[in-house]
Amino acid sequence: MKALAASRRHRLAPVILMTLALFLTGAVYAALAPSSAQANSASADDIEEGRRLFITNCSTCHGMDAEGSDTVPSLIGVGAASVHFQVITGRMPMDADAPQAGAKPPQFNDEQARQLAAYVATLGPGPGIPGEDVVDPELGNAAEGMQLFRTNCAMCHNFVGAGGALSNGKYAPALDDSTPIEIYEAMITGPQSMPVFNNANLNEEDKRNIIAFLISQREPNPGGFNLGSIGSVSEGVWAFLVGFGLLIGAAVWIGARSS
Amino acid sequence: MTTDLAPGPKVDPKIAATADFLDTRLGISKMFKGLGRKLFPDHWSFLLGEIALYSFIVLILSGTFLVFFFVPSMNEIHYPHDALPVTMQGQPMSEAFASTLNLSFHVRGGLFMRQLHHWSALIFVGAMVIHMLRILFTGAFRKPRELNYLIGFLMLITSLLAGLTGYSLPDDVLSGNGLRITDGVVRSIPIIGSYMSFMVFGGEFPGMDVIPRMYALHILFIPGLILALVAVHLFLVFWHKHTQYPGPGRTDKNVVGFPLFPIYVAKAGGFFFIVFGILGLMGATMSINNVWNYGPFDPALVGAGAQPDWYMLFLEGSLRLMPGWEVVIGGFTLSLNVLIPAVVIPGLLFTILGAYPFIHNLVTKDTGEHHVLDRPRNAPTRTAIIVAVLSAFFVLLGAGANDLIATHFSLSLNAITWAFRILFFVLPVVAFVVTKRVCFGLQRKDRELVLHGHETGRVVRFASGEYAEVHQPLDEFERWVLVGQDLPKPLEIEPAEDVNGVRRPGHTKELRRQNLSRFFYEERVEPVTPAELAAAHATGAHDALPASAGRDVHELEARSH
Amino acid sequence: MSIEQSDHSTELTEHPATFPNPGLPPHRPRLGDEDPKAAKRSERLVLLLFTVSVLASIAAIVGYFAIPVDPETGSVGNTRLSTLIIGLGLGLGMLGIGTAAIHWAKSLMNDHDKVEERHEIAGDAETRSTAIEMFNDGAKDTDIARRPLIKGALGGALALAPLPFLVPLIGNLGGDWDISRFKRTAWAPAANGDRIYLATDPTNRRIKASDVTIGSLFHVMPWNLPEHPNYLDEKAKAVVLLVRVDPQDLKETEERASWSYDGIVAYSKICTHVGCPVALYERETHHLLCPCHQSTFDVTDEAKVVFGPAGRALPQLPIDVDENGYLVAQRDFDEPVGPSFWERER
Repeated sequence: MKALAASRRHRLAPVILMTLALFLTGAVYAALAPSSAQANSASADDIEEGRRLFITNCSTCHGMDAEGSDTVPSLIGVGAASVHFQVITGRMPMDADAPQAGAKPPQFNDEQARQLAAYVATLGPGPGIPGEDVVDPELGNAAEGMQLFRTNCAMCHNFVGAGGALSNGKYAPALDDSTPIEIYEAMITGPQSMPVFNNANLNEEDKRNIIAFLISQREPNPGGFNLGSIGSVSEGVWAFLVGFGLLIGAAVWIGARSS
Repeated sequence: MTTDLAPGPKVDPKIAATADFLDTRLGISKMFKGLGRKLFPDHWSFLLGEIALYSFIVLILSGTFLVFFFVPSMNEIHYPHDALPVTMQGQPMSEAFASTLNLSFHVRGGLFMRQLHHWSALIFVGAMVIHMLRILFTGAFRKPRELNYLIGFLMLITSLLAGLTGYSLPDDVLSGNGLRITDGVVRSIPIIGSYMSFMVFGGEFPGMDVIPRMYALHILFIPGLILALVAVHLFLVFWHKHTQYPGPGRTDKNVVGFPLFPIYVAKAGGFFFIVFGILGLMGATMSINNVWNYGPFDPALVGAGAQPDWYMLFLEGSLRLMPGWEVVIGGFTLSLNVLIPAVVIPGLLFTILGAYPFIHNLVTKDTGEHHVLDRPRNAPTRTAIIVAVLSAFFVLLGAGANDLIATHFSLSLNAITWAFRILFFVLPVVAFVVTKRVCFGLQRKDRELVLHGHETGRVVRFASGEYAEVHQPLDEFERWVLVGQDLPKPLEIEPAEDVNGVRRPGHTKELRRQNLSRFFYEERVEPVTPAELAAAHATGAHDALPASAGRDVHELEARSH
Repeated sequence: MSIEQSDHSTELTEHPATFPNPGLPPHRPRLGDEDPKAAKRSERLVLLLFTVSVLASIAAIVGYFAIPVDPETGSVGNTRLSTLIIGLGLGLGMLGIGTAAIHWAKSLMNDHDKVEERHEIAGDAETRSTAIEMFNDGAKDTDIARRPLIKGALGGALALAPLPFLVPLIGNLGGDWDISRFKRTAWAPAANGDRIYLATDPTNRRIKASDVTIGSLFHVMPWNLPEHPNYLDEKAKAVVLLVRVDPQDLKETEERASWSYDGIVAYSKICTHVGCPVALYERETHHLLCPCHQSTFDVTDEAKVVFGPAGRALPQLPIDVDENGYLVAQRDFDEPVGPSFWERER
């Protein structure tokens, strides 16, 4: 213990620690990040593992052959992208009877989600999981993306993706934590209330531009705190809480007699 | 030439020459004699109007800055490829929008001035509304100040117009949809609506004219009008002398306070810098109206959470609550679903608000001058009416934000809308009844306090073994605040028939007025009279908690023997 | 006390009906009034606050010069920093002055209440009678009582005089006043009879019917609309939403059976309430929702209103497919789009 304590003060210690930390981060990333090979093709083992996961976790509602029922959608032909999106965002498996399935901490890791997706993809053709370069925000044009986002998405998801209300308890979720792959998959598959934006409507470049725009919105606001980016109502609330809080506080101080 | 001021007090030689120069040309000694030591009562709520005044000055200063860099034109240009923000590069937009971006990103201090201007606008209108509520709650609108109230009311309306026109200038999607809604509302007006829409936009919406027109109104006509009204408003405040809250030594015939010079020069002057400072801190740290997030106006676009600034939110709310009633009469379309919420309801609200002092006079037949304010609890019906109207206003504000309430509290949008539809009618009634009861409760509490004094927390035990808390009686100064009110009584009218059994003309009208007067004044809690206080002291009765320790011992001992 | 007790019965008559106003309370001295050290402390605080103000103002000016925001060297981060420093400097500079002045007034200046008498607002009887006399003299000087015609002429002239100002002002504001334009959109076939193609907004790509898969939503404008001289005016009326639903879900009347194509329907995007773009499409319920005031329309049932303040269904654009499979408008809308107006049905 003593030796450890002493070495902690060694002048090379920060360098070594930093190297270790970087190495670890890299290792974790390598373990978690999907490789592009995995994205495009799935091995027979993966499909078999996916089938096993499906039987144990999904078939109760979706049926042994994913054929669905009156209240539960069939998964035949929804494609890998749809399954991957629903599972990786935690929407599926769904835990409660709510107006819509909300995002929550996912029950499966990315590898399992891809195995599930690979299995469902074998049941019928549908949109696949995009590769890394298809959704790379670096390759997109944020200005073009903003135009498209404003026309096609902002009315539900708000101008910067802060989310919004739909009818009868449904809602369009906020997009500030969504990964590029999730955004792409949502557009191509149209989860729940969301319409489908196929490649004839928004082609792959359009979709990448939209992703580039959304990622660019995560930089700090030049004007200061963004107050939730939900517009005039929150601005009004802050004007009264902060502005009048301070102003009336000052007025009370002025009106009070000095001790 | 210099005037010899001797004999008499001598002015500091350092300013003598200047003072003399000004006096011989402007007669400032006369002005200073009249105003210099004028008294102003101290109370925090008297500073609410000053917040409005000072934020108006900040608006003019920051607005002047913006005018130098803003281009009020709807001509289409393409935003330069090297200018910020990245998301706007190369996009088609109006010059108005491009210049707003440019002054935000590439003019040093420009974004700060924009944010300062917008926050000041929100605070300006807010301060006016809160100031007006203070006036209503305390009865400061009563004779002789009805006309000054009306001027203040006109300022509120004008400042709403200033807000509407200014909000539209950047030509972004959010404000553009605001204009679109304005167009929809204008079109719903019977007979002349379509033509008025053409008048506003110089043709069809959006056209090329509306921004330059709003600009002219926003920077010239409306601020000029507000300035003129401010001048009259302030002159009348000086002329009438300020009202004061009830307190020892204060009557309807005097003013108790501190002199303009030096105390109020320092306090009110200092408050200007404080208001400016607080608005400055808000502009520096809190982003507001990020137009680059909304993008340039395009009539096909809209975003979730599209709402106007807070002072227009009640209109948005009333539009959202209204069911879709539309009728066609003789081939002409009457959009009740727009006309009622956007024209009739605000029209009614503002008419009642503006006319309130005159309604008060009509109902109460009150002819005296009032310079001592009411404590709101001492005018229970009035206070309850204001709270009731305010509660309806809040329902409309909530309805205007119903989509945000839905997402933030995981509720159904449709259920919220229905709840607000019902609340709009129910809540004011509940608020009226509850407020009135609370006022009476507070008045009774005042009576208790006068009769029995403050609880001291000190418990004494008497020889008899009985325990009682010692109460500290109020001194006469504190007591006066609680007993000094002169409550108006309901109108007394002559009987319907005179002694000969002949019907008196005009009796029905008087009867109606009497009923109104009773609605205001019949139910009442009278302040404690000296006799009641003496009786309470004498017997220590009421709640068996004696008023002073000395007597406690006396009485309780006497009783137990 | 004992006297009060014994004379209980008679004291009611001794007391006045109301309490008398006790007059001003005695002045309560502040710490600084009695303790010179406290006064000195207040003085030092005032000085400190003024100093803070000076330093903050200087910081704002330094920030102005130090942080570039021009396109070559600027960045969003610079704009943010520049805004923050200039704003904080100005704000604290002002706050310093304000708090110093008020602390000075509260703790060091004389704080004895003063009393001033009010005068009645109305003039006294003498002033009033003098004023009335002056007015009557003036009125007599005009001789208006004996010459009533002048009074009428004056009134008439004054009533008409503003018109030469107001008539041109208002007359010019409305442009050509051709309100019948409310009833036409850019979907009307061109002069040569060519029908107008549907194209995506904002990318201006024509749309093949086969591309509109079930569950898709297309934001549509007339093809090549951006080249129109009044682009925004026309776009404000012509934008359309295109969705495809299962043809079995569509409840179409006989009359409109030919307006859709294999489950593809096109409705005006402009709300019939006050004109916001009704853009929210809920794929599962086939509802269109307006984000401004939440009017909800049912796409499968001719866009009739199912909730909210709108009074009418969204107008439907009759569509068709050309020989190459592209979607095209049969003709203009059969009714005016957007919010209602007085002459709408005429």
